[in-house]
Amino acid sequence: MWGQILVNGMIAGGKYAMLALGFSLIFGVARIMNLTHTAYYMLSAYLIYYFNQTLSMPLALSYILSITMVIVIGMAVYKVMVAPVRERFTAVLIITLVLAMVVQEAVLIIFGGHYRTLPKLVSGTTQFSGMTLTYQHLFTLGAVIFVLGAIWLLLFKSRLGIAIRAMAMDREVANLMGMPESQIASITVAISVGLAAIAGAVVAPLFIVEPAMWMHPLVVVMAAVILGGLGSIKGSIIGAFILAFAEVGLVFLLPQLAFLRGAVSMAVMLAVLMIRPEGLFGIFMEGER
Amino acid sequence: MMQFIAYLTRKLSRDFHGEIISLPTRTILVTAFLALLLLPLFNSNTYILRILTLTCIFSIYAASWDLLGGFAGQISFGHALFFGVAAYTSALLNLRLGLPVLVTIPIGALAAVLSGLVLGLPGLRLKGPYFSLASLAFPIIMMGIVFTFPQLTGGELGISGITRLAATRVREYYLSLMMMLTLVLVMWKIVTSKTGLIFHAIREDEITVRASGINTSLYKMLAFIISGLFAGIAGGMYAHFMRVVGPSTLELIMSLQIIVFVIFGGIATIYGPVVGVFILYPLMEYLRVVPEYRMLIFGLLVVLVLRVMPEGISTFVQDLLEGECPRCKERNAFTRSACRICGTDLDSHTHLNFLKRGA
Repeated sequence: MWGQILVNGMIAGGKYAMLALGFSLIFGVARIMNLTHTAYYMLSAYLIYYFNQTLSMPLALSYILSITMVIVIGMAVYKVMVAPVRERFTAVLIITLVLAMVVQEAVLIIFGGHYRTLPKLVSGTTQFSGMTLTYQHLFTLGAVIFVLGAIWLLLFKSRLGIAIRAMAMDREVANLMGMPESQIASITVAISVGLAAIAGAVVAPLFIVEPAMWMHPLVVVMAAVILGGLGSIKGSIIGAFILAFAEVGLVFLLPQLAFLRGAVSMAVMLAVLMIRPEGLFGIFMEGER
Repeated sequence: MMQFIAYLTRKLSRDFHGEIISLPTRTILVTAFLALLLLPLFNSNTYILRILTLTCIFSIYAASWDLLGGFAGQISFGHALFFGVAAYTSALLNLRLGLPVLVTIPIGALAAVLSGLVLGLPGLRLKGPYFSLASLAFPIIMMGIVFTFPQLTGGELGISGITRLAATRVREYYLSLMMMLTLVLVMWKIVTSKTGLIFHAIREDEITVRASGINTSLYKMLAFIISGLFAGIAGGMYAHFMRVVGPSTLELIMSLQIIVFVIFGGIATIYGPVVGVFILYPLMEYLRVVPEYRMLIFGLLVVLVLRVMPEGISTFVQDLLEGECPRCKERNAFTRSACRICGTDLDSHTHLNFLKRGA
């Protein structure tokens, strides 16, 4: 039981952490609240389905192709739609939200509303201290840890990462220090969309793929980012894991109340915010008005 | 007595000439309203009346979001809380206690005001995007409560069998049209009063307002209460018009859709959201002729329009048809060469405006 909670919580937490990290990066660097974010996650799952099932390409190739395609689409959308109205918080909000709905409708038209499942990348099961684990679970867990580690290295050890974090802290001063603002914003968008696409790709074989699958993660991701503190990379990852364990714990311990999982994670978020209004690791951006 | 009537007619006609005919956008609004008033005489298609009634109800709801989000700056992603709480309250009072419409809608609105106080509590502590994202939580928690007591709330299926808003479709239409006009005018009066000015100031710079000796917490709470009241009235009317209230009134899309309407119409104007709803809601219904592509066309249209006019459609049209007099800040039709109030020469400025837009 507890082992199941641990494994499922880690996987759900990893999924939310990848999504929340991207959401938080884009908000930190470009000040964009990107409501399309989880739509990319859905899109990558559907593209894998399309390449693998409809065009019957090998699975590994369809993973790579779909992640690249989602990044290209995300960049194009950012350049054409979002970047020109970036300074207006409300216009960005609506454009990204409506784009997410457009993606959902496009998926609905092309693939229909059926529930679909993706084939597992690795098959087979293993016994571990009395519980059965599929290799897909273990693979997903490994992939999540690998991606989060890689992003961690990128952000904290490379020059680009330092520029991204500096931009998130203070846009104007970073610009004065010679960091090209719009270029770094575009790179951040690419990283963020890529994270969402990878999250969709590695997690999709464990969940059902359907056109409304972006809604619930979006809410959880926004809650996780707020819970950890806006603009804080560590905070959004920890926030994602807290909410994931709250959800998974409820589903496993009180299965008859599983319908309350959204409400419980929201209540957790509100409780934290009541004590620390800036989130767990956030800083008040008093200077920015 | 006769003198008084003569005075009234004179004043009315003077106001009509001075304040309405002289400004193209106001003329458009008044014409559109008259058309809506006369519509049932020419067309008694109940389907069209039904759509327009819902449009009126959503206009009240959208304007109430604008009061809170546009004026007081508390951009809320959880506005459906007010709508849903009021709808459920009115429906339950009507069904379980048999109270008439005239009682249930005000009590439902009061319940929405109470929920506004609850939503206001984090609003006092959290700022900007923190509040926007935290407000997401409330309708979701409320939905959890609804699902926890299925005997009372009907759970997934909701509550049905509620009394009608009025006896016939046409009466329901006129009732909601007049309610829309009255409530939107009241909201407009509120935001153009001193209180509205303070709301504006709080959105622009809260610290400065507090430094000027104004209790910002009180005014923010007031914004939540007023907005909750109007959204609650809309929610109660929706319950009695649809005659079924389900969890869909609390869904995320209910909160977000209204923000689309408001920003499309023009934020922080009160009449903008009404224009937005009157354009988008019937359009969304009309697009049912191509059911599969409905949301796709709708979405692309909204995105393209916002891309061209990020301030919203009503502000865009207003800036196109009217210019502001540089001296007395009164609005003038673009055809005028001199300000209608102070007579300042306008031509050079309007030309400049057009040039800027073209660039």
